[in-house]
Amino acid sequence: MDIRRRNNVNLTGPIGGPVVVLAHGFGCDQNMWRLIVPALAARHRVVLFDFVGSGGSDLSAFSEERYSSLDGYAQDVVEVCEELGLEQVVFVGHSVSAMVGVLAAQAAPERIGALVMVAPSPRYIDDEGYRGGFSEEDIEELLGSLELNYLGWSAAMAPVIMGNPERPELGQELTNSFCATDPDIARVFARTTFLSDSREDLKAVTVPTLVLECAQDVIAPREVGAYVHAAIATSRLVTLDATGHCPQLSAPEATGEAILAFLQERQ
Amino acid sequence: MCRRTDEEPDPGTDRATDAAFSALLEDSPEELYEQAPCGYLSTLMDGTVAKINATLLNWLGLDRETVIGRTRFADLLTVGGKLYHETHFAPLLRMQGQLRGIALEMRAASGDRLPVLVSSTVKHGSGGEPLLIRTTVFDASDRRAYESELLRRRKEAERARAEAEQARAEAERERERAEQALRQAEADRARLTDAIAALQRSLVPSALPAAPGLESAVYYHTASPDRLGGDFYDFFPIDEDRWAFFLGDVCGKGPAAAALTSLTRYTLRAAALHDPEPAHALATLNTVLHEQYTAAGDPRYCTAVFGIIEARADAAPDHRRIRIASGGHPPALLIRAGGKADFVPTPGGLLVGILPDAPFTTAHTTLAPGDTLLLYTDGLTEARTGPTRTSLFGDDALHAFITDRRPAGPQELVTALTGLLQSFGDGLDDDTALLAIGVPETQPTTTTATNTPR
Repeated sequence: MDIRRRNNVNLTGPIGGPVVVLAHGFGCDQNMWRLIVPALAARHRVVLFDFVGSGGSDLSAFSEERYSSLDGYAQDVVEVCEELGLEQVVFVGHSVSAMVGVLAAQAAPERIGALVMVAPSPRYIDDEGYRGGFSEEDIEELLGSLELNYLGWSAAMAPVIMGNPERPELGQELTNSFCATDPDIARVFARTTFLSDSREDLKAVTVPTLVLECAQDVIAPREVGAYVHAAIATSRLVTLDATGHCPQLSAPEATGEAILAFLQERQ
Repeated sequence: MCRRTDEEPDPGTDRATDAAFSALLEDSPEELYEQAPCGYLSTLMDGTVAKINATLLNWLGLDRETVIGRTRFADLLTVGGKLYHETHFAPLLRMQGQLRGIALEMRAASGDRLPVLVSSTVKHGSGGEPLLIRTTVFDASDRRAYESELLRRRKEAERARAEAEQARAEAERERERAEQALRQAEADRARLTDAIAALQRSLVPSALPAAPGLESAVYYHTASPDRLGGDFYDFFPIDEDRWAFFLGDVCGKGPAAAALTSLTRYTLRAAALHDPEPAHALATLNTVLHEQYTAAGDPRYCTAVFGIIEARADAAPDHRRIRIASGGHPPALLIRAGGKADFVPTPGGLLVGILPDAPFTTAHTTLAPGDTLLLYTDGLTEARTGPTRTSLFGDDALHAFITDRRPAGPQELVTALTGLLQSFGDGLDDDTALLAIGVPETQPTTTTATNTPR
């Protein structure tokens, strides 16, 4: 199997530079990083990819069984690293992918040298003595919201969405394409993301870790950021003056600076 | 407005139109914004509401004061909508600068949910920096109900398709099981056919052996589809000068008859080697069958003709003497070289196996060159010649048939009789065996079996 094609792998930045792997979370694809890639790629080799089922990945490689657990996504990360012969990378994971990075570091310690967790949450649903911010009903409601936009996604659009530059005449219709996903696949990813509980896995992290949280984030509130920081002994917490769940978009400069500062310490 | 073109304009109507236009023109931009038939709101880039129109406030049941500067757009959504906003809506808007027709649900102060379609545009400053987000909100209650219905139908269709697929897969598995069973049945059947063929070969010789100075021919027909006959015959040497032959018919058909046939054949062969006197051989068979079946409460019997054909020093070298005995079997027919035919009387002779001590008598006759001895079972003489079993072929008809045809030698005789039997069609409803042995007119040095069982 061609892993590069399967995961729509894109490389930028100087060959031989320290490697940074950027992983998108639930919702969109590697385009999420576009505002901070230039800053990172100035001195680093930047690896971008889409998880199977998202963005420009090979949808035919999607398996509900494999991607119903975060381990399946971690396997994607490990396989991309193997394919590119990468070791000791700095893995930057947004949202649920921050936890995917934790699992990948456990599965292949030689591949992952450090973690940057952007707006991470090890568990979204409230539990005894833990506040994730959501109830199970809330998650069901999100799945409902996904369904409501189901009609906006058309199978005929899929080839265009999945990267079909020879059909530019369809560019007009690509309004919402960055987040367009096959609804059946989105449902699996949403369930895997929002019903997962990776709190125990945090304790196994031994690599240097940067936890980046936003000052205002309904999906990963500050107490969750504090929880993650407390659970990982080798972590540092940085709170960005940003609103929303995607600081790489809403505060790209601050986010890029925080990541670069962490990267420079690694050299 | 509608009026006929050939009429003069009515000054009164024109005045009313002008008044309507004036009213529209006086509709201030402020009024248009506040009372528009859709919701408007503008937020800072972090989502904080900076401006909202009366229509939307009215839909949500909120006061302007509690919203402006205090609430983010996402806070006006349901929790599911909020999650969708953070994971899809906001990133897309940042990347694209605009979004069209996203389905969300807003939450009214009353707790009611308001299905809406939302479009947003980012306003950029002169340096290209994003300044604020303008959003229009359309009430999509009716549309949402319709879409929900479509979605429900689609899910139903998908479920039906899944069920149909499952049923098809089950039918396929069922078909495979049936094919497997059929293959098994065919294998079983092939094995059974092999077993029956082996058994059947044990009931009659596969070919008649060549007897020096003699010619022989045989016809064998089984009425049952499994080819297990109740008729039997054999022709085999006792020593250099003597050959034994027999032909008979056991009661019944099918496998049980085949078992009886097998016992009968091998008993007669053994008895002939031990004591070739025909009456003695039949007596031995009688004892064996009686003990095996009738005495054990399962009366079974057979009819048989047994004979010895021998060259004798006291007779002409090309003549053969025949000793023959019958146990309840139709008499053999002796066809002379000239065509004259006579039944060979075999006195006494009860069914073999019924009584513990049955008397059998040996009769004598001689075969001259050109003479043929015919043994047959009642399948021949009791073949139906009419629609019911009241009209049968019979001994006399057989005698007349042979007298008419005057067949020369065993082979010609059996060929003629085979043709006769085939002419009976389904009138031939029993097992039938024919065995003809003769001395050739011009004697060859050896003879060969001229027919194999069929």
